[in-house]
Amino acid sequence: MPKFLIESLLRRPVTEKAPAADEAGLTELGRCLDAAAHRKLGRSLAIREVDAGSCNGCELEIHALNNAIYDLERFGLKFVASPRHADVLMVTGPVTANMREALERTHAATPDPKWVVAVGDCALDGGVFAGSYAVVGGVDAVIPVDLHIKGCPPSPKALLEGLIALIEKSA
Amino acid sequence: MSLRAALFDAALEVADQKPWPRIRVDEETWARAAFGLHAGDVTLTALWGEPGAVHMGLIEEETGEVLVLSLDCPDGTFPSVGVTHAPALRLERTIREMVGLVPEGCPDERPWLDHARWGVRHPLGAAEPAPAEGAPYPFLAAEGPPMHQIPVGPVHAGIIEPGHFRFTANGETVVRLEERLGWVHKGIERLAIGADLEHAAKIAARISGDSTVAWSLAFARAVEAASGTEVPKRAHWLRALMAEVERVANHLGDVGAVCNDAAFAQMLNRCGQLRETVLRAAAAAFGHRLMMDRVAPGGTTVDLIDPKPLAEMVAALRHGFPPLVRLYDTTVSLLDRTVTTGRLDPVLARRWGAGGHVGRACGRRFDARRLPGYAPYDVLRFDVPIREAGDVDARVWIRILEIGESLGMIEQLLAGLPKGPHRVDVARGAAGSEGVALTEAFRGDAFAWVRLDGEGRIARAHFRDASVFQWPLLEAAIAYNIVADFPLLNKSFNCSYSGHDL
Ligand code: SF4
Repeated sequence: MPKFLIESLLRRPVTEKAPAADEAGLTELGRCLDAAAHRKLGRSLAIREVDAGSCNGCELEIHALNNAIYDLERFGLKFVASPRHADVLMVTGPVTANMREALERTHAATPDPKWVVAVGDCALDGGVFAGSYAVVGGVDAVIPVDLHIKGCPPSPKALLEGLIALIEKSA
Repeated sequence: MSLRAALFDAALEVADQKPWPRIRVDEETWARAAFGLHAGDVTLTALWGEPGAVHMGLIEEETGEVLVLSLDCPDGTFPSVGVTHAPALRLERTIREMVGLVPEGCPDERPWLDHARWGVRHPLGAAEPAPAEGAPYPFLAAEGPPMHQIPVGPVHAGIIEPGHFRFTANGETVVRLEERLGWVHKGIERLAIGADLEHAAKIAARISGDSTVAWSLAFARAVEAASGTEVPKRAHWLRALMAEVERVANHLGDVGAVCNDAAFAQMLNRCGQLRETVLRAAAAAFGHRLMMDRVAPGGTTVDLIDPKPLAEMVAALRHGFPPLVRLYDTTVSLLDRTVTTGRLDPVLARRWGAGGHVGRACGRRFDARRLPGYAPYDVLRFDVPIREAGDVDARVWIRILEIGESLGMIEQLLAGLPKGPHRVDVARGAAGSEGVALTEAFRGDAFAWVRLDGEGRIARAHFRDASVFQWPLLEAAIAYNIVADFPLLNKSFNCSYSGHDL
């Protein structure tokens, strides 16, 4: 154990350089925060992840954002355990009929100002699950969405580009 | 004579199912099979329905041979299997709500996946409109003055899938855990009906994203069996290559996550870096980090782009992983959390036919790569590690050892990769031809069954993830542990919600 800690102190960080903000994301994020909200949030956003019906592929890549290589926290973004502590809801999956109410309630429990980021092709329009009796549709069929990050699943780099666009617009 | 052979002798009719037979039986033979399950002569691998009939998939553990029994249900009922064999209970509840066939004598009257939100009832049977306002769900009781309940979910605190856990605890000690699942039910089996093979393969690839290769493979093998398609040798090898890369990536993630749930973040950090190495190698070798949609009926959709990243990945893990294993094995404060925690009774593991690390951590040797076995595992050298303790530590060790075995297989696969095409056209197959397949995903065996319509489409399909039989065991394993150990225990199982809910 001490060996590991010393080694970690001595070696160079494994974290990679940040990508630039996603252009399409910047355009989609039309809304800029007003000055008051700015002061409140600063450059630090708390994210609550909600799986509203995903296949769990998107979750795997969202997890990867927390590893030392992508190190999301260096941008002031961190995942929190409760919607009540969150500024951003990150929603994956086609919204299933069984998860609809849970998603609505989570959204309602998130204080304003808040942003909703829909992650993955399913969250856009239901993906391959669109049209099922058990699926409501994409995330914006249930709650308003500020930013879509496409991909099946989006790579951690694509997720970072989208989230950096979000910080640029919100800060 | 084995029970399987005796049941086969009692067949009224043998259906066109490959590679293992499906037989139509009478109620007496159905009941005999149910008692055979109870006696442990055979293991239940699947139980599903369609309008007018129920099907029971059995596996003989010694030989890995599968047999599917079908019982006609002219009056819309069938004799409950769950009444004598508890692992069938949730499956029967699913048949009742999805197809509308009633399991006579089933002791659990509650719905399972159907939360009364779909606006339709019996979506896999004679679908009819139904109210969609939701319905209360009575949880099982645990009574006594000091008892309190802790409801958790469906939205959890971490970045994980949704499910509801209802704990009844006496102080810190869990007296009963009851799961309520179905939140991510997407109607996969209904979507598969009438889908062409290409689209159906996409759906199968998304049954559980972490097992996308294993599920694509199970689906492809079932379709190939049904249609009589012979895939080229290279395809078998490429598929195994992807499957083992997927296994390594998931096991690394799990080892890190289990330790993190014991507040040992260092392991999560290090394992996370290694996992990233694996995913990048997968992207460089096959064009997708999770290798989604790379396996399809007929072979693989891409050839190996470049073997070098995979070879480098193996070298990086052989160098980087052993120190982590030593760290795990010498950190007493961590072992204090994992050793003896969440012990699963081996009798239950056997009765539920627990696959993967859940079964192998308490002595159940089953691994679909060995038995029934499929190409190219018959020519690869590998061990199936077994532990007996059945605790969190044993499940971590199964993963650690399997990572080593998989790395060895990746090396063998790279060294011996046969030349030639990686894909053939899929034969049409006769209308009504059926295929069944078992593949070994990282968390256990994946069972796929398909019936083709003769026009290149799926007439019906059934999928059973290993999680289906692992979830109930989680309830058993947490009993009399402390609430705070649940995350650790849950992660050591790592059941799929999506794969269970479909
Ligand atoms: S977008 Fe793809 S990876 Fe994400 S939930 Fe949908 S199917 Fe799974």
